Amino acid sequence: MSEQATARYTNDFLREVEKNVEEGHWVKMCMQCGVCAGSCPLGSAWAHPPQEIFMMIRAGKREEVLTSDSMWMCTSCYNCMVRCPRQLPITHIMHGLANYAHRLGLSPKGQPTQATATLFWNNLIKKGRVNELTFSLALYFKDGFVQGIKNALNMQAVGFGLMKAKRLNPMEILGGHAVKDQAGLKAMIAKAREIEDRKKGFAK
Amino acid sequence: MSASIATNQTILVVGGGISGMTAALEAAECGKQVILAEKLPTLGGRTALLYRYFPKMCHPVCGLEINLRRLKGNRNVRVLTMAEVSAISGTRGDYTATLKIAPRYVNEKCTGCGDCGKAVTAEIPNPFNYGLDKMKAAYLPHGMAYPQRYVLDPSIVGTPDGEAAKAACKVGAIDLGMQEETIELKVGAVVWATGWKPYDAAKIQPYGYDRFANVITSVEFERMCDPHGPTGGKILRPSDGKEAKNVAFIQCAGSRDENHLRHCSRICCMASLKQTQYVREAWGDEGKSTIYYIDIRAIDRFEDFYQMVQRDSTVSFIKSKVAKIVQDEKTGDVVLHGVDTEGYKRYATPHDLAVLAVGMEPSIKGVSLPADIVLDSSGFIETAGDGMFSAGCATNALDVNRAVQNATAASLRAIQVINKTASMEKA
Repeated sequence: MSEQATARYTNDFLREVEKNVEEGHWVKMCMQCGVCAGSCPLGSAWAHPPQEIFMMIRAGKREEVLTSDSMWMCTSCYNCMVRCPRQLPITHIMHGLANYAHRLGLSPKGQPTQATATLFWNNLIKKGRVNELTFSLALYFKDGFVQGIKNALNMQAVGFGLMKAKRLNPMEILGGHAVKDQAGLKAMIAKAREIEDRKKGFAK
Repeated sequence: MSASIATNQTILVVGGGISGMTAALEAAECGKQVILAEKLPTLGGRTALLYRYFPKMCHPVCGLEINLRRLKGNRNVRVLTMAEVSAISGTRGDYTATLKIAPRYVNEKCTGCGDCGKAVTAEIPNPFNYGLDKMKAAYLPHGMAYPQRYVLDPSIVGTPDGEAAKAACKVGAIDLGMQEETIELKVGAVVWATGWKPYDAAKIQPYGYDRFANVITSVEFERMCDPHGPTGGKILRPSDGKEAKNVAFIQCAGSRDENHLRHCSRICCMASLKQTQYVREAWGDEGKSTIYYIDIRAIDRFEDFYQMVQRDSTVSFIKSKVAKIVQDEKTGDVVLHGVDTEGYKRYATPHDLAVLAVGMEPSIKGVSLPADIVLDSSGFIETAGDGMFSAGCATNALDVNRAVQNATAASLRAIQVINKTASMEKA
């Protein structure tokens, strides 16, 4: 038997997902009924609906799954999870897969959900609080300076509205508010990162 | 009723469907004394409401007829209809059962002539057609009813309709003064043949059974195809009476779903395969059946039937659990939405009628039972205690054939209890 023919039938990728992806051990429980795919309000925007992603994992299509933008399309509406006849935590699996692909550096570059999430995280861990002003600016300018100006002008009315309602403080530009124990926060994040690395197979 | 008819060597069978009748008859034909208690006014249960059986496509009337003949010819079985068991106490070989008997308002003089039905004007939803049509409030449940005796609905007692029924009866069979009775029986063993009920389809919210007239259940479709059913055997849409030629069957409507029934109901795949043949019979090559399924579970010898249906050009199969149904207000068509697992294609397909292959839920779910009875996670009886046994669909989701086998086995266990009780008394 040729090497390729036998390679096709290994379930190495399923094992990898079970081991490293959050809630990944549920993937084998999918019975391919398709209710998740049919119930997804954004279903038509997905290259591969959840049931197909699960089947691709079981078929060992590692590259195709991890580079797919499908799991980044999930808006966490939880419709699939509520309706799954086998009560698979589909939303959580999608997030787990997205995170795993991101950590491996395989996720599609410039995917808007991913870019926003990364900006949000980087903003948040600086001081333990989200700085709305710098976060919004970072988001506006993520696709270049000219686009940034355009975005800012488009959002002007919303920005002033937020300021008037005291939801956005222009003084945040100077550094903004923070949690009290910043050193403690850093230690906590580092510890969490260590645990996550261990669980997801990234520990050195 | 005198208590002498029952002793601690009597077997009480609870439920008069195909399983209860079988269990009662098998024991009676072995010479045991049996009391067969049925909650409804007639024996036959859900089997009597089927149009045809799979896989031979024969009529249930035939098998029921045989059982009724056996019953009529056997002096060991006493049938109590409209009788519900309200309590059971005691132990193996020495149970006391309390039964509540609802008034029928018609005594044994009834000849089944039907004059009372003609005299009465009030109508009630017909439970034997799953409420699809109405029947007179003085009625014979259905053609196969046993006993062949009319029933007066309690709603007309004390009204002019009740008096009209009484006046119309030439043989003096109507007794409007009948009261509910409570009787106690000594029995040695109990067989629970309490059967099943169709899962409440309205609970499957995205299918809109409660909102769309053209979404019906498989048991309703079965009645619709029966010449004695609400449409005289014609397959018509409830919304506008249009001939339904393009019929969708949705499998696992409630079954195999942790949010509804966690078990596989076993009969629904075969029932839908069978029902596609009703569509073919009605419309020939113009008919079109589509089965939406997760996987077809046509077990052992039923595979032949499945293959026969697969060869039928009017039947197509789509591997997908339908995600949602919407009814088109203008055309009345039901549009099925979902994703096909073979190719992951999104579909929105219109049909004339959608039939939900609803699952089997045990009838005893939610009913308070003797402490000895242990139910499984689906509500079927797992063990019933030392001298009590479950038979048929009270035990598990079974087709008629397997229910009869299961009931025979339960009957044999009950006979063993009685034999032991008898030999201990002799000693």
